[in-house]
Amino acid sequence: MSAAPPLLAADGLTRRFGGLTAVNRVSIDLHSGEIHAVIGTNGAGKSTLINMLSGEMRPSVGSIALRGGDITGWSQPRRARAGIGRSYQRTTIFVEFSVFENCRLAAQAARPRPWAVWESAARCAHATGAASRALEAAGLSELAHRGAGSLSHGGKRQLEIAMCLATEPVVLLLDEPLAGMGSEETERMLALLAALKATHAVLLVEHDMDAVFRVADRITVMVNGEVIASDLPERIRNNAQVKVAYLGEARRSS
Amino acid sequence: MANAKTAWLVPVAGAVALGLLPLVVTTYGQDLVMRIMVFAVFALSLELLVGTTGLVSLGHAAFFGIGAYITVLLSPASEAGSVWLLLPLAMLAAAAYALVVGALSLRTKGIYFIMVTLAFGQMAYFVFHDTPVGRGTDGIFLNLRPVLELGSAALDLGDRMHRYYLTLAALAATYALLALVLRSRFGRALAGIKVNEQRMRAAGFPTYPYKLAAFVLAGALAGLAGFLLAAKDAAANPELLSWHESGVVLLMIILGGLGHLRGAVIGAAAFTLLRELYGTYSIVGPLADHWQLTLGFTVIAFVALLPQGLIGLPARLRTARG
Repeated sequence: MSAAPPLLAADGLTRRFGGLTAVNRVSIDLHSGEIHAVIGTNGAGKSTLINMLSGEMRPSVGSIALRGGDITGWSQPRRARAGIGRSYQRTTIFVEFSVFENCRLAAQAARPRPWAVWESAARCAHATGAASRALEAAGLSELAHRGAGSLSHGGKRQLEIAMCLATEPVVLLLDEPLAGMGSEETERMLALLAALKATHAVLLVEHDMDAVFRVADRITVMVNGEVIASDLPERIRNNAQVKVAYLGEARRSS
Repeated sequence: MANAKTAWLVPVAGAVALGLLPLVVTTYGQDLVMRIMVFAVFALSLELLVGTTGLVSLGHAAFFGIGAYITVLLSPASEAGSVWLLLPLAMLAAAAYALVVGALSLRTKGIYFIMVTLAFGQMAYFVFHDTPVGRGTDGIFLNLRPVLELGSAALDLGDRMHRYYLTLAALAATYALLALVLRSRFGRALAGIKVNEQRMRAAGFPTYPYKLAAFVLAGALAGLAGFLLAAKDAAANPELLSWHESGVVLLMIILGGLGHLRGAVIGAAAFTLLRELYGTYSIVGPLADHWQLTLGFTVIAFVALLPQGLIGLPARLRTARG
């Protein structure tokens, strides 16, 4: 348990779709300097949880607080501007644009000035600066002027994170950033995550168990929409309930 | 795209050419070019919605027709109206209706957006077609075309040359405004919304007000085109608001090439010229009565052979040769 108050705190989140309860009374705290991983089988409600934290979905019950202030009723764009960034499981980069423009556009949200039509978007120092820093952090600086569609799969996943960083968030909600990556790309991404954690509160949803146990400071295990355990990685590894519900199952299927 | 620094040369050269054209063409040609320029403004306004923001509207003619009707209805019966008054009012009225239509239709997406804009377009059509406001099917005529007072001088739209150059100035201004918009943060955000609206929201853009602003701006510019048409024809009729007209302007930008301002202008020119060609007895003979059929086939052929529109023609020729 960290002593400092959490940066992002969700309390008793429940989401029902008709008769189905996708997420049931889930509470989760994210602290700056920590990677908090959420693991669970497909359909455990991980993506629904991220969607509620990012504001894409309203919780049926429960509340969310950023730095202690209630943000449950805030729209996704408002939460994003307040510092909650997210990446998507399915890559959502703008393939028609250059790598740099992807990040510049994301960074533009912080100082949008939409009425200033006489100002060129490319000359906005704030957005170009934030985009350059994000590309640098994600290791994409050299590819900045390539078309985003021409990147490798791993490169696209890195860009997905870079776009998220360009908005200069304090909370990162990362939905399976390692999906479909080769081992070399995975290593690069894990190094990036480890570096990001110093200045961000990170929520990591991931299926790659080896990766999760390597980088996570805290792990929450979800089964059928409920949290069955939330603890330090080594204690999760030895948790009997988790072994039965998740890890054992994963070992059998692989 | 590669030579961004010289990209402004083509439209400027085009404007200069249009400015010199009246010296060499007949009054018939001048009227035809004026018609093309009016429709180019109209097509540019729709390009902002369809090509830039990815919002396919089938009710855009409503704003065009409202601009034309406001110009005619608010012109005094026995003296020339003022452009300073009529033009802003035509644009404001179109923008006001666009605000209402956009506020409601932008709650929907895709095919539903098309249907809702179509419904609102037809509503406006029936108001002018079936109520005393628009005086029925034949529309209304303008006794005297508006005048633009400029200090001691005046631009009298009753004069064909004055009309021509005002229309050209309006086209140039619309093109320049939209070119500015596209390179601004607002325009880049619209381009992002077209590709992936969800991602834009995740980055922190409230996308609804952005789309609504684009819709209202497009409506106002369509109203400007309506004003120009009313000044040119000295008349307004309900067909200007019909969904056929919305379809025509959509065809123009598809024909020219979506995603480029030049495409909208080229499309407006190509469509208007083809329509004129296919409707001329001395050229196509009895087929002139069936210009819709021949024009339809031509459009299908163009779309099949040039999926990028006419703007993709040079690249297409280059690959064919190479």
